[in-house]
Order: sequence, then structure tokens, then C-alpha cells
Amino acid sequence: MRRPGDALLVGLVVIIAGIVLAKLRVNPYLYFAGYVILQYVVIATAWNILGGYAGYVNFGTPAFFAMGAYTAVVLIQSMRAPLPVLLLAGGLVAALLGLGIGYLTLRLRGTFFSIATLALSVVLQTMIMNWQYVGGSRGMSVIRPSGPPFGSYVTFLFTVMVGLAVIAVLAARFIERSWIGRGLAALRDNEEAAECMGVPTLRLKLFATTISGFLLGVAGAPFPYYVTFVEPNSAFALDYAVNALAMPMIGGTTSWIGPVIGAVLLGSAQQLATVTISSEMNLFIVGVVLVAFVVLAPEGILGLVRRLRGR
Amino acid sequence: MAAALLEVQGLVKRFGGFTALNGVSLSVNAGERFGLIGPNGSGKTTLINCVSGVLPVNSGTIRFDGREITALPPHQRSRLGIVRSFQIPKPFSSMTVRENLGIPLEYAGAGRAGAEGSADAGEILKSIGLETKAHLRPAGLTQIEMRKLELARAMAARPKLLISDEAMAGLSHTEVDDILAILFRLNEQGITIIMIEHIMRAVMRFSERIVVLDAGERIAEGTPEQIIRDPAVEKAYLGE
Repeated sequence: MRRPGDALLVGLVVIIAGIVLAKLRVNPYLYFAGYVILQYVVIATAWNILGGYAGYVNFGTPAFFAMGAYTAVVLIQSMRAPLPVLLLAGGLVAALLGLGIGYLTLRLRGTFFSIATLALSVVLQTMIMNWQYVGGSRGMSVIRPSGPPFGSYVTFLFTVMVGLAVIAVLAARFIERSWIGRGLAALRDNEEAAECMGVPTLRLKLFATTISGFLLGVAGAPFPYYVTFVEPNSAFALDYAVNALAMPMIGGTTSWIGPVIGAVLLGSAQQLATVTISSEMNLFIVGVVLVAFVVLAPEGILGLVRRLRGR
Repeated sequence: MAAALLEVQGLVKRFGGFTALNGVSLSVNAGERFGLIGPNGSGKTTLINCVSGVLPVNSGTIRFDGREITALPPHQRSRLGIVRSFQIPKPFSSMTVRENLGIPLEYAGAGRAGAEGSADAGEILKSIGLETKAHLRPAGLTQIEMRKLELARAMAARPKLLISDEAMAGLSHTEVDDILAILFRLNEQGITIIMIEHIMRAVMRFSERIVVLDAGERIAEGTPEQIIRDPAVEKAYLGE
């Protein structure tokens, strides 16, 4: 995959495969679980643009995800806006939030930045809990539009998520291989040296936080239609914060494929555990796997592969 | 006498109640080999941080190449031609030596990425004696190679003014000569150089003109011979 056209082609094939899979009408649960895994591909990829490429660890993933979800709720409530509008609007609102935390990086680095993003998530959740128009802390039911193109609405959302995952991964791959990605890597390694070598660090950081925020918001926008009942505790769930960070770390943060590997592996394991053992096993699995990786393979699966190849 | 490339006027830098630089002025001419010395804590590195833009100044002006740059961010100053090496090497640790040079080549130089940039990087590494290490990560380099990488990376930014912040501290006698030879060669290519150094043998040999700082103030200026005989300098270093 040397030429950029090849990547687009692969992306297109994945989307077509998704549509074919949707047409097959296999066990409906598979679409239900597949949606969650694909959603995590988007989330992990988006997180990694800021956390992996630029080295700014964001603990506030739920804030961005929920911004997308609640923007959608507002638009559904007020005007029953169509799904493409929800996706775009959810993304834009989260992107704006991303731009905001981008300016935090002027003063806050390392752990302090992470703490601030965590606080942001708590603050936003509290605000949503007290906003009655979107259901406050009790939550709100959302009625799906009728007549989806693929039989059931969940199957339709599954194909939408396939498309979003492809877009997110292609975007991350493009960024990684462009001058932007090289600049982000430089500022991740040493921000002061990067700046002194001509890298416009602030502009690149703002770009990374904004695009990362946008993709996280887009991932959250279909959420109301997926669950049909939105409440703050599920939209701001700790799962998103932990998974967004664990998946790229397990896959490997330095390349676009790392978060994809991590999301597919960990996401599948979680879905499997939810059905076979209990839904509470989710985060337990993540915790154990993450600790194991941090200790044994700090560069994730990609790092392991590289080491085995002897590079 | 050539025109001044860098002109610093009445620079004041305070950290809280502590005044690190108290109205320092100096000018460096194009093509000059300029030495900046002073005891520990005299404000040399602070001055360099202000000139390279890493620290904002409280008052005073900095002009470079006929342009006021006091408010410019560091990355714009490096594009104008002010490039520094760091006292404690700050390599891009996830990249190979060659990729380290790629960043300034792409960002600070004339936007040379890809094959062009790679050829430039190869040339610079060869001139500095690191060509066999091009594919190593900085973690695999020795102390002197790390210092050379700092200089090589600075060269890749195509500087008009190179500020070498203690590039020789902790090196052996022959290694110091090695770095000195590189700096002399760069100067011959027309690059103005400010050398900050504690190794007097090196500064005295290298510099055409020296400014001495003590406790944030300029206490002396002159040729190396004048500086050695200056009683104020002696007092600053040795006390009464």
C-alpha cells in the first residue's frame, strides 16, 4: 500500500464488505456487537491522533463522545434532523471542544493535561445531568426513524459505523504519513526542541485536538439511535475513557493500525465476555490486559511484532 | 566592519522576584565567532532562551537581520535563521538520526522532505562524521555523538546564526577539538556562531570577541586577550 489510492481502495472494499454483511441478515446480535467494536475502532483511532501521535494523553474521551451523542439528542428533539446532519453536527461540536482543550496544552503538559481532560468530562456530565431539555439525569427515550434501508435500524447503523471507521482510519493514516504526523512525532519526543527546529507546535497541537475531538464526536452521534435511551451515565461511561486509552496502547500507538488491532481484539473480547460471563467483566478484562501489556510489551502488539522481526 | 546580525537591546528577564537578566545589550556581527561566558547562574542560558524565543522577555528588544523579532515564537525565529543546540541534548528519541535531521529540513529549511531532504541529511551527517550512525536511534549514541547530533540537527535548519549552548561540556580533550573543528568549519561556510562554554581553552581559541555576564549583567566585552586580563572578569570568577 504505497500509493494513497490503494488505501482508498482498501477502504472502499471494507465498506462494500460491510454492506454485503448487512444484506446477509445473519444473527442480529452480530450487528449489535459489531457496531460497538467498530465504534471503538473510531474512538481508539481518534484518541490515538492526540495520545499516540502527539503524546497528549486524553482521559476525557467520554466528554467528546457524549458531546456527539447529546448534540444528536438536541437535534432529534428539536427538528428530527436526519442522521448525516447528526453526524456532522456532533462532530463539529466535539471538534470545538477539542479546539478548547488544545489551548490548554499551552500551559498544561503531561499528567496535568490528562487531569484537566478528566475534569472536563466530569464538569460536562454534571451540566448535562441538570439540563432537562435532554432528559437531565433521568435520561430520555429516542424514537428511531422508520423504514431503514437495511431491514433493521441496528443493521443500518452497523453499516454507517463501518463507513465511519474507514474514514477515521484513513484520516489517521494520512495524518501519520504527512508532514503533520512527522511534526507531531517531533513535539511528542521533545516539544521545546521541535519548536526550535521550526515546528509550529501550537498549531499542530490544535489540529490534533480538533480532529481527534471531531472523530470522537462523530462516533457518539449515532449513539442515541443505537441505544434508543440516552442517559448521562451511559453516554459519559468510564468504559470510553479506559478503552480509548487501552486499545491503542495494546495495539501500538505509533501506527494507524495499532488502535485498529487493539479495538478489534479488546472490543471482541469484551463483547464475548458480556454474553458468556457477565457484562461486569468488560473493564476487568481491559484492566488485566492493559497491565500485562504495560509491563511486558509497552509498545503494544506492533512493538512485539517489530521485536520478533529483530528490528 | 560587517553589519550587526543580532542586536539585543536592554533585555530584562525576571523569574518572579529574581532578575535573571538586568538590561543586557549586545550585538553580534554577521560571520562573527562570538563567545558568551560567565560563572554558573550568570544568565547565559536565559539569554539564549530569550534570543531563541523559548522564554518571553519582560522588556528590551531583539533584532535579527534588520527585523524586530522580540515577539516571534521560536519556530518562526528558527525559520528566519536563529538555530540553537541544547545544553542537555534533546534529540527526537523515537526517530533515527537521519529522521532527526528530517524535521528541521522539512520545517525550518526550505521545506525539503522526501528524497531531497534525505540527500541533504546524508551530506550533513557526512560532514559531521555521523554517517555510519544514520539509522540508529539516539539512545544508541555515545555522549559525543549525541552532541554531534545536536549540531547536525541545528545545521539541517540552515541557520544564519548558530547558538551552541555548551556543546562541549563533559567531553574529553580530543572530543572538544573535534567539536571545535566542526564549529570552525561551519563558520567558514558563513554561519555566525555564538558559543556558550565553560571550557576556557575552547572559547578563547574560538572566539573573535567575547562578552562576559555576571549575575544578569554584562561586565566585560573584548577580544580573548582583553578578557583574560580584565580585573572585573577575574573578580566574577574567583571573587576578591
